[in-house]
Amino acid sequence: MTETLNVTVDRREGLAVIYTEGYINNQGGEEIAKAAYKLLDEGYKVLLLNLAGTKIVNSIGISILIEIIEKMLEIEGKLGFCCLTPTIEKTFHIMGLAQYAPIYSDEAAAVAQIRA
Amino acid sequence: MTEGVLREVTLALPMVPEMEIEASKTATAIAESIRMSPDRIDEVRMAVVEACINALEHSHSSDQEVFVTFQVLGDPDPEKLRIMVKDHGIGFSPDVEPTPAGKPTMVRKRGWGLKIIRGLMDEVEIQSGADGTTVVMCKMR
Repeated sequence: MTETLNVTVDRREGLAVIYTEGYINNQGGEEIAKAAYKLLDEGYKVLLLNLAGTKIVNSIGISILIEIIEKMLEIEGKLGFCCLTPTIEKTFHIMGLAQYAPIYSDEAAAVAQIRA
Repeated sequence: MTEGVLREVTLALPMVPEMEIEASKTATAIAESIRMSPDRIDEVRMAVVEACINALEHSHSSDQEVFVTFQVLGDPDPEKLRIMVKDHGIGFSPDVEPTPAGKPTMVRKRGWGLKIIRGLMDEVEIQSGADGTTVVMCKMR
């Protein structure tokens, strides 16, 4: 029954993109957090979460994403999201994440704007 | 508009991690069978996941089971999907729904389930008492 989340990272000049594949629940959220905090330790202060490979999330997983957003605000970094399904985007708006982390429709737009 | 029950399926799920995925798969299959749009099916899936997680986390049910009933309503054609997520836990007062907890200066971290369900479904009703809680939610086709 297990739905695992795969996380991959693309390190670029001044920006790292985290790609997810699968269900973002508590374990999935922790995997993303682990990748994000490792990138912060490496000196990256601008992160983009590309959720194109994620079709379902739950509120526990999202609460971990909120912790990452809080950490990014603390260090005056930037975290953005892109490629969300309409339902995930709607859920992020219900939970107020969009106030603290921008949501972009695609990765190219996100990369261009998040570094601006 | 009459709302006869055209089809009904009930799952009895053990309260174990990721049982919500099984419920969401059944929700998807039934919603697809009545030709609900993909975006609306996604909303139903997410709402079912949240209702199951709420039962898992907050019901303190002694039988450790969640019962999820799916009803296709309409006459003669399917018009609506009704989903009931029931536990035999301690219940809560629906008038005092748990508020999401967390730092007041930041988005609140936990307790979002019912708010998300209300935001994604067309109709939501909570029945709760000493013998448990049932979340009844509907989505038009």
